[in-house]
Order: sequence, then C-alpha cells, then structure tokens
Amino acid sequence: MSAPNKSYDPVEVEALKPEEIERMRDEALAAFAAAGGLDALHEAKIAHTGPASPLALANREIGALPPHAKAEAGKRVGQARGAVNRSLAARQAELEAERDARVLVEEAVDVTLPYDRTPSGARHPLTTLSERIEDVFTAMGYEVAEGPEAETEWLNFDALNIAADHPARGEHDTFFVRGARRPGGEAAGSGVVLRTHTSPVQVRSMLDREPPLYVICPGRVYRTDDLDATHTPVFHQVELLAVDEGLTMADLKGTLDHMVRALFGGEGMQTRLRPNFFPFTEPSAEMDMVCYVCRGESVGNPDRPCRTCSSEGWIELGGCGMVNPKVLTACGVDPGKYSGFAFGFGIERMLMFRHNVEDMRDMVEGDVRFTRPFGMEI
Amino acid sequence: MRVPLSWLREYVDLPATETGRDVQARLVSAGLEVETVEQLGAGLTGPLVVGRVLTIEELTGFKKPIRFCTVDVGRSNGTGEPQEIVCGARNFAVGDKVVVALPGSVLPGDFRIAERKTYGRMSRGMICSADELGMGDLGGSAHGIIVLPPEIEVGTDATELLELYDEVLDIAVTPDRGYCLSMRGVARETATAYRLPLRDPALLDVPAPNSYGYRVRIADPAGCDRFTARTVVGLDPEARSPIWMQRRLQKAGMRPISLAVDITNYVMLELGQPLHAYDRNRLQGPIGVRRAEAGEKFTTLDGVKRVLDAEDLVITDSRGPIGLAGVMGGANTEIADSETDPETGEVRGTTEIVVEAAHFDPVSVARTARRHKLSSEASRRFERGVDPQAAAAAAQRTADLLVLLAGGTAEAGVTEVAAPSAPRTIRMRADHPDRVAGVAYGRETVVRRLQEVGCDVHGQDELLVTAPSWRPDLRAPNDLAEEVIRLEGYENLPSTLPTPPSGRGLTRRRRLHRRVGRALAGADYVEALNYPFLGEAVLDQFGLDADDPRRTVVTLVNPISDEEPALRTTLLPGLLSALRRNVGRGSHDLALFETGLVFRPTGEETAPGVLPVDRRPTDEEIAMLDAALPHQPRRAATVLAGAREQAGWWGGGRPADWADAIESARTIAREAGAELTVRADRHAPWHPGRCAALYATVDGEETLVGHAGELHPRVVKALGLPERSCAMEVELDLLERAGDGALRAPRISTFPVATQDVALVVASDVPAADVERALHEGAGELLESIRLFDVFEGEQIGGGRKSLAYALRFRAPDRTLTVEEASAARDAAVALAGERTGAVLRGA
Repeated sequence: MSAPNKSYDPVEVEALKPEEIERMRDEALAAFAAAGGLDALHEAKIAHTGPASPLALANREIGALPPHAKAEAGKRVGQARGAVNRSLAARQAELEAERDARVLVEEAVDVTLPYDRTPSGARHPLTTLSERIEDVFTAMGYEVAEGPEAETEWLNFDALNIAADHPARGEHDTFFVRGARRPGGEAAGSGVVLRTHTSPVQVRSMLDREPPLYVICPGRVYRTDDLDATHTPVFHQVELLAVDEGLTMADLKGTLDHMVRALFGGEGMQTRLRPNFFPFTEPSAEMDMVCYVCRGESVGNPDRPCRTCSSEGWIELGGCGMVNPKVLTACGVDPGKYSGFAFGFGIERMLMFRHNVEDMRDMVEGDVRFTRPFGMEI
Repeated sequence: MRVPLSWLREYVDLPATETGRDVQARLVSAGLEVETVEQLGAGLTGPLVVGRVLTIEELTGFKKPIRFCTVDVGRSNGTGEPQEIVCGARNFAVGDKVVVALPGSVLPGDFRIAERKTYGRMSRGMICSADELGMGDLGGSAHGIIVLPPEIEVGTDATELLELYDEVLDIAVTPDRGYCLSMRGVARETATAYRLPLRDPALLDVPAPNSYGYRVRIADPAGCDRFTARTVVGLDPEARSPIWMQRRLQKAGMRPISLAVDITNYVMLELGQPLHAYDRNRLQGPIGVRRAEAGEKFTTLDGVKRVLDAEDLVITDSRGPIGLAGVMGGANTEIADSETDPETGEVRGTTEIVVEAAHFDPVSVARTARRHKLSSEASRRFERGVDPQAAAAAAQRTADLLVLLAGGTAEAGVTEVAAPSAPRTIRMRADHPDRVAGVAYGRETVVRRLQEVGCDVHGQDELLVTAPSWRPDLRAPNDLAEEVIRLEGYENLPSTLPTPPSGRGLTRRRRLHRRVGRALAGADYVEALNYPFLGEAVLDQFGLDADDPRRTVVTLVNPISDEEPALRTTLLPGLLSALRRNVGRGSHDLALFETGLVFRPTGEETAPGVLPVDRRPTDEEIAMLDAALPHQPRRAATVLAGAREQAGWWGGGRPADWADAIESARTIAREAGAELTVRADRHAPWHPGRCAALYATVDGEETLVGHAGELHPRVVKALGLPERSCAMEVELDLLERAGDGALRAPRISTFPVATQDVALVVASDVPAADVERALHEGAGELLESIRLFDVFEGEQIGGGRKSLAYALRFRAPDRTLTVEEASAARDAAVALAGERTGAVLRGA
C-alpha cells in the first residue's frame, strides 16, 4: 500500500523491515510461551516489551523515516506490538491462574477443626421463658411490674381476701420473717413473710394508680417445700392483672387463649377453665391448655401415647378468675365501676413441660451443662 | 372426700351404664376436683364364696406353722363336699365364717387360684384376707383372715356380700365447698349435673325439741350457735357394725372401730355433720360449752395431754372439759370398747349414749386445730362450713341407726339449743352473672340455676336471693354469679380479647435487667439462679469483720435448713457454691453470673399492725407497710475460675483473672449507661492486693457501687474453690440511677487522625488510671481517644518503676491537624501527667 520512497532508502533502516518486525514479534511470542512461571514471564516481558526491547527500539526508528513511510512502518510495528501485548496478557492470565490454583491449594486448612476457645455463655431458661411471656403481653399493651420479695402479710394475704384464719392461709406454707429483737424481750412478730405468690405486686399496682390497669408481674416466690424432683422452696411465677370497666370472664378466657397460642403456636391451641376456689378471685378457675405436643390426639388412642400430657390431652397451667370485689375494695378500686381478671402460673412447671425437664433440681443447681444449651432466648 | 359410686347411687338414680369416669367428667365440669377414680375389684374374679371352717389340723415340721383346714362351702364347689385348704394364717377358729377363693378364681395382681399340692397336702382354694381381696388400706384388720359374722349363710357370693366391685371418686374439696365433704353434698352436685332429682338424706322426720332432753348449757353462743343432743339407751354392747356399713366406711377411707363410733362416722360422711357420742354413764351433770381457761389441761381421744388456750372452745361436764369443740373428744367420756368378763362371760360396754350434733364457729375451730396441730375429720368440716340446719337430722339419723343396729331405744327427750339467726339474703341484679361472664344467660336461666343450688329467689330486675343453709360461702353477688356460670359450663364461655390502653411496657429497671443478662451471657457468662438463704458460717469464711454490714441479716422463723436461717446480704455465697458444685461435677473453666435481690435490714423495721381490708389503706398506712420491710436492692455478681480462654490448636490459653472480674463490672455499667471509676481497695472476701472498689456518680455524688477482683487465698481455701477464683458484685439499682439517660449521638469528624505514642515512666505504685486521667485532661479537646498498649517493668527503667505506653489519637472536627498541633497537644498531656503523677517520658 505504501508509495515508493524516493528520498529514503529503507534498507538503511534494517529494523523496520517487515520480515524483521515479524521475527521480533515471533521471538516475543515464543519467549512468552516458553516462560514457565510468572518470574520468567516478567523477564520475557522486560526483554520483549520493555523500553530496551527490539520492538520498542524499532518503534523509535520510525521517527527517522520520511513522512510517507512513517504510516506504513508505524502500522506494521503497532500491529506487532499489539500482538505481543495480547499474547503477554493471555500468558500472564494463564500463569496467574496456574499460580492461584497452586497457592490456594497450598493454603488450604482443615475447616473442621473445632473452636472452643471460649465456652459460650447463656441466660437461665427460667429468666428467658419469663421474659418471653412478658413480651407476649407487653406487645398487647400490658406493663411489667415488680415488687419486693420480703413482703408484708397484709399485702401478701389480707388484701387478697386471705384473712388470718382462712384455711387457704394455712395452705400457703409460708416462710415468716423473724421480728427484730427488742432489748430484753422476745422477738416480736414482724408482719413480714417471703411472698408466696407475686399477687402482692398486683395489689401494689392497684394502690399506686387508677384503672385501667393492665399489668404482668413476674418474679420469685417462696413456699416451705423441700427441694425434690418436683418441688422447690424458691420458684418463679408470672401473674397477670387486668382491671377496667366491663371486663368479663370471656375476656379472661380470650387472654389465656391468646397467650397459649403465642407461646405454643399454631392451630388448635386453646385453654380450658375448670371451676375452682381461690380467695382472691370469684368466680375462680383452674386453667388447662391443650397439650401442645399431641394436641389432644393421644386421648383414648393407645397407639399414640403422649408423655407430655400422659395422654390426658390437657396440661394444667395454673389458677385464674375474676378479681374478687373484696380485693378491689381493699385496694381502693370501686367494684361498682370496675371489674378485673387475674391469672398466675409457675414458670418452672411450664419449663418442665415445654422443654422436657425431668428434674426440678436441674433448674436450681446452676449446672452450666443444663443452662448453656438454652442460650440467649427461649 | 372419697365417694363410692354405689353409695352415691342411693341418692341419685344415675343411669346404670354410667361409669365412675363419666360421673367424674360431669363433676369436674361442675367444679369439683375429682382427682382419681379408683376401680375396686379390678383384676378380681370369682368364684369367691362364704365358707364355714369345719376342721383345722396343725401341720408341723415346716418353717412356720401351717394349717390344713376343711371348709364347708355348701354346693358352691359343685359337690357339696368340704373344701380342703392349706392356710398359713392363724386368726380363725373352727366354726368361723370365712371367705374362700375357689379354684379358678383370680385375685388382684393376677394371682390365680388353682388346686395344687403344698406342704404335703392338696390345697383346693384359699381362705382370704382383706389385703388379698384388694380391699384397700384398712389398717390393722387387713392383715388377717376376714372372719365374717356367724349369721351369714354358707355359699353366699362374697364379691356381692363384701361389695368388692365398686368405683370410688376421690374429690379434693376446695375450702369454699365444705358441703361436698358429705355424700349429701356430692349427691346434690351430681343430681344437678345430670338434671335428676335428689333424695336428700337430711329430709327426716325430727321430733320437736322439748325440755326433757339431756341438759346443755351454752356459755358462748358466738362459738356454738347450735347444739342438739339425743339419748339412746338399752344398747347391746355386743352389737357390731354390719358389713355394708363397714365396707362403706372402708371405701370412704375410714377404719371401722365399733358400732357407735362407726355410726357417727357414717352419718358424718352421709350428711357432713360431725357428731360425737358420749357414754352417758361417764358424763357427770349437764353438758356445757365455754371457752377454756388458759392453762387448763385436757386429754384428747388420741391420748395426748393438751394445755388449753383461753381461745379454745371446749365441751364440758361438771368435772371439766370433755371435748375440744369441733376438733376432738376427750378420753374421759369415750365410748367403751365392749369386753367379755372372763369369769361370767358377761359382755360389758357402753349401753347408753348421748349424741351431740352441734355447730361451731369455723374460725374458732380452725384456730384450735392449728394451735394444737390437730386436724381431724370434724375440724376439717367445721373450718369449711357445716350446714347448721342439718344438726337435728344428723342426730336423728344417728339415733335411728343406733336403734336399728344396736337394739336401743331413743329417749323422747330432744335437746336443741340454737341462737336465733335470720336466713342470709343477697341482693343481685338479675343480669349480674351475664356481666361477670360476658354471656347473655337471661334472667330465667339465672333464677333456675340458683334454685338448683338450693337458693330461694325472688324479684325481677333485682333478685333477692336466700342462700341455702349448707352454703355459707355464698355471700356476695359474685359468689352467685360463679354458681350460675359453672353450672352453665365454664367450657361454654366465649373467648374475647380486651384492648388495653397503650402501656409503658417494660420498666427501665426491667429493661436494664435484661440488657445486663444479655451482655454478660454475650461475654460468655452462664446465669445461675441460687437460693437466697444464708448461714453465718459462710460470712465467717468470707473473713468479714464483726461489724460488717453484710452480717446484719434478715432471719426466717422457719427456714428450710437451720444452717441457713437468714436471707442473703450478698449474692456471692450462693454464686460461689454454684461454682463449687460445677467444679465438683467436672467443669473447670467457669464464668457464672446472677442478678437478684439482697436483703438488708434497715434497723428501723416496725411491725405494721393490723390494717383493715374494707377500704384502701391511707397513704400513711401504706408507708407503714413499707417501713416494715428490709431494704431489697437488686444486685449483679459474677464469679470466674479456670481458663477464660482455652489452649488449643490456635495457640495458648489464658486463665481468668482479676481483670476479667473488673471488666464484667464495666460490661454491666456500659449497659446501664454509667461510667465506672476503679480504685484499689482492701475489702473481704477479696485479695487485698487485687481488689477494686467500683464507683459511679449517683444523683451527682460519687458512690461506691461494688467490688471486683481476685478472691483472698484464705477464702478460696475455706470455701474449697479453685485457686485464683475471681468475683465481682455491684448494686444494679445504683448503676441504674447512675446512668445518664438517653445517649446523645457523637459527632463524627471525617478529617484524618494524627497518632502520637508516648511511653511514660512512673513509680510502680502509681495507678495507671491516674496517669491516664492526667493525659486525658492535659491533651485537651483535640484528643479523640487514648489507649494503654503496654506496661513494662525491667532493669532498663530501674527498680520500683514501670513504663506505661499510650497511643494518643488526635483529630479536629473542622480541619486536618498539623504535626505541630498534635505534638503540642501531646506535650501538654505529658506535662500534666508529669505534674500529677511524676511521669517522665521514657528515654528522656
């Protein structure tokens, strides 16, 4: 394509001869191909594409050509350098891939190694279960209330319609606090007990402020039972109190149904009320929930026995009822205007049937092997 | 209350197909807690017949005496020949009527009776004891062979005679349903549940009271508002309780004793009225009812000599107390067991009886029973309320049975002393049950249900309800509402959900409690919930001074263990014993935490006195209640032992140390939004050189909130803990108050940081915290953060000195700092540290 060059003898510029440029190119390509590693390729790269490489030198010669020859030589050299660079990049990629494959294999570790550098911590399942129940109710608008564990007899008993001679008072197996010793005299009665239920917190809530009142009272309570597989003198309760205008037993039932659905999930979860007696509620009921394992299907079905509910279909949960108007009166709430409902149950019991705990002692001894698997939430 | 189904059927015509489980279900839904249904005669099949012992041959040469008997069983064995039976028991004689299990019968426990050779003879059956027939726990009489009354005919079917097949409902009676401690009461509930008529056993013809009955004087009508006495004479001391009565008593859980006692027990079970039978010949003068004199002595039927309280109500004759009213009779007027005079063959025993059917104040009976720790069948009933109107019928029924079964004659005298009483009426809006339940029952249903429980009901919109005498628990409209709702069925209540107004949710205190728990668990601590009981011994082991406030404890009157009679004043004893328990069970690398209340007497507790319940207590009265209580702050504690980090393939481990314990306090303080100041302290039970006192600013004042560090080696040894165990305890309630509320977001500068490191040499006893505080203050506001990255002690810097290396990071909010600015700030920091702590730049 180039026009003949009258004033220039291309023979004098040896390096720009087409066959010479082809040779340079081919040598470069051969060197790249021959490079067995990235280091060798790097050397070949300097030798064939660096500033002192034949093609770079040839390129420099172009400037010496007469203008009409420049274009053709430039094109020739440019094409050769392009081919060389492409080949270099390809070989570079090829060798890097080879190296990566090799190095990453060399760097491989045994990912199955165990890692128990710090054994993990955990909260006690009684704490987290209680909180889970609180959350069910705070989500509905209830408030959480707490109170002292050493409590006056008036708040623990009298205000709850459990008079001094009421048979129920004797059944509570109460720890009594010794009165302060008076100089030269026998210790007087202190009027203080370890609370036998969290109900005094409900009383305090009513004394504190006006209805409407929707509170949930979790906490530790005390009865003088010896520790064994099914009893503990120190245990945990959650109690609920709602006082408002026009509350009914149907509201109580609905609230209980809501709770067991929230805690145990799914269709068919509901509660059953059975008449019972508590001094602080009237009417009173014992509450059961559908067995969350067999959902009642083990009843009368010997082929599918249920260990959780002993094939009864129901699990006993606790006591409940409409707040006795006498209790409202003692707490300064007008029973003519307001009604209320309340329920309470033991967290230990619920933990036992919800998580198949077989021995109460596991919950009180603080053995980390028991607590750790429960983690942070339940 | 144990209720035999066969007995229940006497008062209610239940369908013949109805089983005990069926009745249980009905009664449970009506509100009676029927705990179990016992199947009597389960696993028992005949032929079981009555036989007469014809001959007894004593076999010798065996380890125990054995008898070879022949027994006439009539034609029940098919042959009429005497049955040959080998028997090991000895409490029967020739001529006695006994129960014979013939071959082919099966006794409870799959005990199959067959002809077999034993002790060298053929035995064709078995002579039975009550035990072997599964007749339950009958006390002493269960162990021997049953010897039947002589009049029973040979060959009679013993399963029918002894009513061996039956079902017994065991009912846990709640305190408000005293009337269900009787067959009459349970029958009434059964009749209502099945909507069948009730044959009320208390509906008896009772002669009118007259003036010639046994004299009774009631000095305390409040304690005893009714006293009926009847006298029966000419009783046959040889008469025994008939089998049917013995069996009913047994099934109800009582032991047959003697005819007169059995009859009073039987009538009590039937009508719910406790009765007492006095041997008239041992009574002197009129019967009286009065309060005891303080210190008066009296021996009850159980042989226990009791010192009476002035509040105890007693039954007396002219000599003094003869009974603890409503609780237990006295030994001095007890019905005599009949005995046979060995010389004359004459049978001597009680022939004249005065029957007492009285009504006592429930509270008085409850107090006496509790005071003397004497709970009896009678006191249980009186405490829960006995039908005062049933007393006359019960006395009549007792007299009738004595006449019928002991051949006596009821005297015409009928004593009845009764305090005047009006029927109890309750006013209730007819729709009150509807409003309690949230169900529209309607007036008609309400009235019908109330009538079913025995009430008289009048009125339209407002009902005037007269409660029956056996329901002293029915006093208020809600009591009546409960009756209506339970009979209509709790199971039929709808399920509705009330909408609370938006609430405050968790309190700040509760939220902090959760955050602390999560943070500590996140820092690899495991929560342990320990009993709050405390003994003095552990406080001694802690090495507490005599006047340490943790020794001032709240004490229990009735602790679980006498070793631990007090409530905890610190969480550490409980938590450390959990640590020790874990170590004992093979866990060694442990970090535990607990949050909970401690109990600190205020020293000013005063018993609050008796407050009323018919109104809200005044604010002053509520303050009195609170003043009776000890201070009960919430605390948090951690304990550590063994490795904090384990050694493993990744490299070495690290033991838990004092710094971990202090850090756990900082973790808690961070959650509370409080800043902790740490100072060296000496405080038991900690190591005096490794104990930190922790301070926070509470209500504007620096306040001690807790301690942390390594435990004193002596404490570690005394408590048997792993060496170098560490502990921390802080008062969570104080930290909550030290928190500074809502966090203000920090302003983030995007200009580059300028870092300057300094190494300062100070005397070894200079607290690092002091050096850091001085650097902080001296550096001024360009300082972004400061971090101690090395502590060095060694020859290079000389003895008694240490080098602290800090990285200071400077940054300005509005510009890039020049090297000169950063250096100037660093120099100012070092200068102040030098001034305050004597620090000099290392190498300077």
